[in-house]
Amino acid sequence: MESPASSSTAQSTVPVTLAPAERAVRMLGGDLTERSLRLHLEGLSGVDAVGLEQRAASLGTRSIKTTSKAWALDKIIELIDLTTLEGADTAGKVRSLVAKALTPDPSDLTAPRVAAVCVYGDMVPDAVAALGAAHGDPVGVNGPSGMVSVAAVATAFPSGRASLRVKLADTADAVFNGADEIDMVIDRGAFLAGHYGQVFEQIVAVKEACRRDDGSYAHLKVILETGELTTYDNVRRASWLAILAGGDFIKTSTGKVAPAATLPVTLLMLEVVRDWFRLTGERIGVKPAGGIRTSKDAIKYLVTVAETVGEQWLQPHLFRFGASSLLNDVLLQRQKLTTGRYSGADYVTID
Amino acid sequence: MSRLTVPKTYKLYIGGKFPRSESGRTYEITTAKGVFLANASQASRKDARDAVVAARGAQSGWADATAYNRGQVLYRIAELLEGRHAQFVDELVSSEGITAAAARDQVDDAIDTWVWYAGWADKFVQVAGSGNPVSGPYFNLSVPEPTGVVAIVAPQGVAGSKPSSLLGLVSVLAPALVAGNTVVVIADQAHPLSAISLAEVLSTSDVPGGVVNILTGSPAEIAPWLAAHADVNAIDLTGADALDWVDLQIAAADTLKRVVEPEPGVPARSLDRILAFTETKTVWHTKALI
Repeated sequence: MESPASSSTAQSTVPVTLAPAERAVRMLGGDLTERSLRLHLEGLSGVDAVGLEQRAASLGTRSIKTTSKAWALDKIIELIDLTTLEGADTAGKVRSLVAKALTPDPSDLTAPRVAAVCVYGDMVPDAVAALGAAHGDPVGVNGPSGMVSVAAVATAFPSGRASLRVKLADTADAVFNGADEIDMVIDRGAFLAGHYGQVFEQIVAVKEACRRDDGSYAHLKVILETGELTTYDNVRRASWLAILAGGDFIKTSTGKVAPAATLPVTLLMLEVVRDWFRLTGERIGVKPAGGIRTSKDAIKYLVTVAETVGEQWLQPHLFRFGASSLLNDVLLQRQKLTTGRYSGADYVTID
Repeated sequence: MSRLTVPKTYKLYIGGKFPRSESGRTYEITTAKGVFLANASQASRKDARDAVVAARGAQSGWADATAYNRGQVLYRIAELLEGRHAQFVDELVSSEGITAAAARDQVDDAIDTWVWYAGWADKFVQVAGSGNPVSGPYFNLSVPEPTGVVAIVAPQGVAGSKPSSLLGLVSVLAPALVAGNTVVVIADQAHPLSAISLAEVLSTSDVPGGVVNILTGSPAEIAPWLAAHADVNAIDLTGADALDWVDLQIAAADTLKRVVEPEPGVPARSLDRILAFTETKTVWHTKALI
């Protein structure tokens, strides 16, 4: 009987030809191997940590007021993946999450809808049923469509500690049930051990599992879990790895590990995305997730996106916030702007 | 050789800390005769906002403390006030221009008021609550519970009238705390010294940070923001006589607040002031399964 672990143990010593992911072949040439991938990733220039943090801090000092603030608050709502990822999730919880996604502020119907709801794989049917006719791509031909997508975390989220077969089944199941987007976690253990090829192969395989019967693909967000990658250099390598393997989005964190999303890490990932765009003309999305709780923080991220990759990234196909409590704070700020008085927690829903 | 005086810059008291005003503004406090005494922070609407956030954060903890414990904590403040008796007398003499004897009387009165209210903490529920007769095998109990976050405009020593900045502040602050409310109070604008010294007493007492937040500055500027603030549950306008307090009442009504109307001078000790910031909760409970 073939052991499923045998392929991974051999990878560090024997040169292995990797799956010919389209982007990687274009970037690194046809003879795609573990070695050529490693040479590329380790050849990336190191990150200037002090410069990065200083740049992120300076981007966080912009003062966004009045009409710009009103625009930013609505934009933040449009970019939110409203998330519930608890062991205690129920179908009822998912339904109330969807209700909030569709009508964020019942006292002010001008508040836009969020981009997506993000749930565990087994909750996808509940989310799809609750959304009903409002289930679809948040981006329409002329701006926001008023539709809400369903995103599912898969591949043994949040740890990613499961065999590839289980991860693929997890992914295919969520896609079959109607998930439009799959948030996968990379195997951080393999990445930190230097088994880049293994991580690469897994992303390629999960991407293939995102394929629907009609040949289209669910969008793939690759979670790097930057809190476990320990260095900025690793974050840059993992970002490149995820993009080369075919990720549509790179996402900072699961939200289950501290630190989760930070501004410097997101800035660094945006820089990789910018570099990739300059090289290939292809736009990759970025999703900071976890730890963004206030409008003030979220506005710093908007500024960072606009200043790093450009304002065309401020749309749901290219930038998302993974958040749950952020929405309430944005709604409070929005109510302050529309009513002229400070609002309170009694005037938004309890999640 | 004469020594240079070291004038103090007084700060706000928000969330158990002593921040400067977010706006960076200060104003001069003078003696009754107009001589410079000290600088005080002039709070802005954003300081009021931060104070409400601090008060809201501290509210459930303070309300969940047992009534006996709240009484002990409040009584402890009276002990600390007694220890700083001389300091408060000095400050009142210099800031209000009253005689040392009058100042001593005011500090004594303030401490006694504090003790009087502290004693009510584990007694007002028995007086204001009730067991209601109902036609069924149920206990039907009504108990007063804290309203939540209370904003207070402390009595203002306006020109011409006799100020009582410490006694006035204590007479509005203590009753709001008794039931388990947390407080944002705007101190006497012209005589804030004793309010800030009281804050220093509070910060070294057992009162959790955020339960009392003291702002110095213009009530005319800050009170409208507190009256309209949706996260403030009650507003005590005792010292708002000189303001457009009808407008404040209207703003408060928009967000369903309890309102205590302005009252000249220093309000007398009364159980009503405690009960003004409580809500009656009535519960039904089966008598037994016998």
